[in-house]
Amino acid sequence: MIMFIQRMVIQGIPLLYGSTGEIITEKSGHLNLGIPGIMYVGAIGGVIGAFLYENGAGAANMVPALAILIPLLCSMVCSLLMGLIYCFLTVSLRANQNVTGLALTTFGVGIGNFFGGSLIKLSAADVPSINLTATSNFFKTKLPFAKNLGAFGEIFLSYSFLAYLGIIIALVAAYVLRKTRTGLHLRSVGENPATADAAGINVTKYKYLSTCIGSVIAGLGGLYYIMDYAYGVWSNNGFGDRGWLSVALVIFSTWKPDIAILGSMLFGALLIVQNYIPNLSMSAQELIKMTPYLATIIVLVIVSAKNRKENQPPMALGLSYFREER
Amino acid sequence: MHKEPLFHIVKRETLPWYKSWGVRLLAVVCALIVAGLITLFLTGLNPIKVYATMIDGAIGTQRRTWALMQKTAMLLCIALALTPAFRMRFWNTGAEGQVLAGGMCCAVIMLKLGDKLPNGLLTLLMLVAGVLGGAIWGVIPAIFKAKWNTNETLFTLMMNYIAIQIIGYYVLEWSVPKGSGSIGVINQKTQAGWLPSIGGQAYLINIIVVAVLTVLVYIYLTYSKHGYEISVVGESEKTARYIGIDVKKVIIRTMCLSGAICGLAGFLLVSGADHTITKDTAGGNGFTAIMVCWLAKFNPIWMVLTSLLICFLSKGAGEIATMFNLNLSFSDIITGIIIFFIVGSEFFINYRLIFRGHRKEANS
Repeated sequence: MIMFIQRMVIQGIPLLYGSTGEIITEKSGHLNLGIPGIMYVGAIGGVIGAFLYENGAGAANMVPALAILIPLLCSMVCSLLMGLIYCFLTVSLRANQNVTGLALTTFGVGIGNFFGGSLIKLSAADVPSINLTATSNFFKTKLPFAKNLGAFGEIFLSYSFLAYLGIIIALVAAYVLRKTRTGLHLRSVGENPATADAAGINVTKYKYLSTCIGSVIAGLGGLYYIMDYAYGVWSNNGFGDRGWLSVALVIFSTWKPDIAILGSMLFGALLIVQNYIPNLSMSAQELIKMTPYLATIIVLVIVSAKNRKENQPPMALGLSYFREER
Repeated sequence: MHKEPLFHIVKRETLPWYKSWGVRLLAVVCALIVAGLITLFLTGLNPIKVYATMIDGAIGTQRRTWALMQKTAMLLCIALALTPAFRMRFWNTGAEGQVLAGGMCCAVIMLKLGDKLPNGLLTLLMLVAGVLGGAIWGVIPAIFKAKWNTNETLFTLMMNYIAIQIIGYYVLEWSVPKGSGSIGVINQKTQAGWLPSIGGQAYLINIIVVAVLTVLVYIYLTYSKHGYEISVVGESEKTARYIGIDVKKVIIRTMCLSGAICGLAGFLLVSGADHTITKDTAGGNGFTAIMVCWLAKFNPIWMVLTSLLICFLSKGAGEIATMFNLNLSFSDIITGIIIFFIVGSEFFINYRLIFRGHRKEANS
C-alpha cells in the first residue's frame, strides 16, 4: 500500500507540473496545445545539460550543487524558449492558437526524440547509451530523517525536492490566481482582454508572462519525469502521452491548481492501478488507461451543462486579441 | 511629451491573392533556409546537398514517389474532412480518433466476415462501417456542443485517446499469434476486403478516391446551400440564428460529415494501404491535417499543395536522418519550423507595421 502511494505520487507529479503550467497559461486566454512538446523539451534540455556535465566532469568528480543546477537551468531555458516561440506567434503575431500549439508539440516531441536518439552521435561521446544515473541520484536525494519516521515518513517525506516544489508551485499559483491583484488582472485578461485593456492593464505583458512562466513550469514536469521516475535514462517516446493527460487534468480540475494536486494523484493512481489488480489481462490494462480521458470528458460535460460561472473555461480562451478589432 | 512607440500595427485592406500567396511563399523559402542551416549545423552537409538529398528522399525513385503520393493523399483526405468543421469555427482536434474509429470498424468487419461474404459485398460493408464509425465519433462532441456549448477543442482532443485505447484493447484481444501484441496483416492469403490495385499500383485507387473527394468537398462548400450555412454559422452564430438557420442542426450535420470523411480515410488506410489496424494507423496525421487545413485557409484546392509540401518535407528530412544515422524525428523538427514560419507570415498578410519615422512623413 505504501509502495502504491509512493508510485502514485511519482506518476502524478509530472502531470501536476504540466497542468499547473497550462492553467496559468489558459487563465490569460491562451490555449497552449504545445504543452506536451514543451514537456519533452524540458526533459531533453535537462538531459543535455546533465549529459554534458557528467561526461565533462566525470561521474566521480561531480559537485552536487552543479549537478542539480546545470540540468535545472538548461531545462528551464529550453522550455522558456519554447514558450517564447508560442507567445511571439500567438500574442505578437496573433496566429491561430490551436495550429501554433499543435505545431509546437510536433516540434517539441521531435526535438526530444531527435536529441535523445542522436545526442551520443552528435557529441561524439564514447558511451553506449544516455544513462545519467549519477545526476539522477543527486536529483533523488531525499530528506535524511524520512526513514526514521515509519509509515508517515514513507508516505509524505520520501520524495525528491522537485516533487515538493511541484506541489508548492501549484499552491502558490492557486493563491496568486485567487487572492492577489496580479491574479485578478490575469484572470480579467483571460475573460475579456478588451475590458482589461480599458482598465489600464497591460494585456500583452500579462499574456507573455503567464505563457512563459507556464511553459517553464510545464518543462520542469518533463525534467522531474526523466530525473526521478526514469532514473536519468532517456528512451524515445518514453514520456508517452502524459502531456495530453496534463491538458486533460486542467479541465478535470476546472482550472484550479490546488484541485489539480488531488487530480494529479488520482490520474497517477489510474496510470499504475493495473499493476495492483491480480489476474488482469494485458488488454484490460488498455481500457484502464482510458479512464482518465473518460473522466475528463464527463467533467467537461457536467461543467458545461451546469454552467456555473466559477467552473467555466476563461471566456476569451483560444481567441487572439487585437485592440483595433473591438 | 508622450513618447510615440517605435511602430504601431494597423489592419490591412485585403491583399490581392498574388501578394498574399507571395508572402506565404516567402515564408516557406525562409523556413527552408532556416531548416537548411540547422541541417548544416547538425550534419555538416553542404546546403545544396541538403536540398538535393531531400528531393532524392521524396521522389528519388518510382517507389518513393508512389509512397509520397499515398502519404499526401491520406493527409489531404483528413484535412478535407476537417474543412467543413473548421469553416464553421468548430475546432475539431479529434481527427486522429475519428480516423481510428473508422479504421477500427472497418477492420472488425474485415476480420470477422472476411471468409463469409463475397469480396465486393465485404468491401462495401467495410466502407459503410468505416464511414459510420468515423461519423459517430465525430458527432458525439457535436451533440454536446449544440446542447450545452461544451468546449469542442478539448472534447474532441480527449476522444482521440479513447479511440486509441479501445484499439489497444482489441489489438491485444485479437492479436495473431496470440500474445504478440499486434493483429498482423488481415486476410493475407485471400486478400479479402483489400482494395484492388490498378495497373499494378496498390495505392492508385486511394489517390483517385481522394482526388474526387477534393473536388466534391470544394463544390459542397462553395456552391451548396449547406456550404453557405456553414460559412454563416462560422462568421456569426447570431446572424445565422437571425436569418433562420437552425444552428444546432448545422453543427451536428457538419460534424457528422467531418467525422464520416475521417472514417473514409480510416477505411482507405485499413483496406487500401495497411491491411491491418494498430494504434499508429493514423500516425499523427489527424494533428498534422489541422495544420495543413489551416495553412490552406480552409480551401480544398490549396490543400493539395500544403499537404504535398508537408509530406515532401517529412520524407526528405527522413532521408537526411537515415543517411546520417540520425533519429527519424528530425523530420518533425523541420515540419515544426515550416509551420511556425507560415503561421507567422499570416500576420504580415493581415496587418501592416507603421514605423515612427514614416508616420511623420505622412503627416507633413
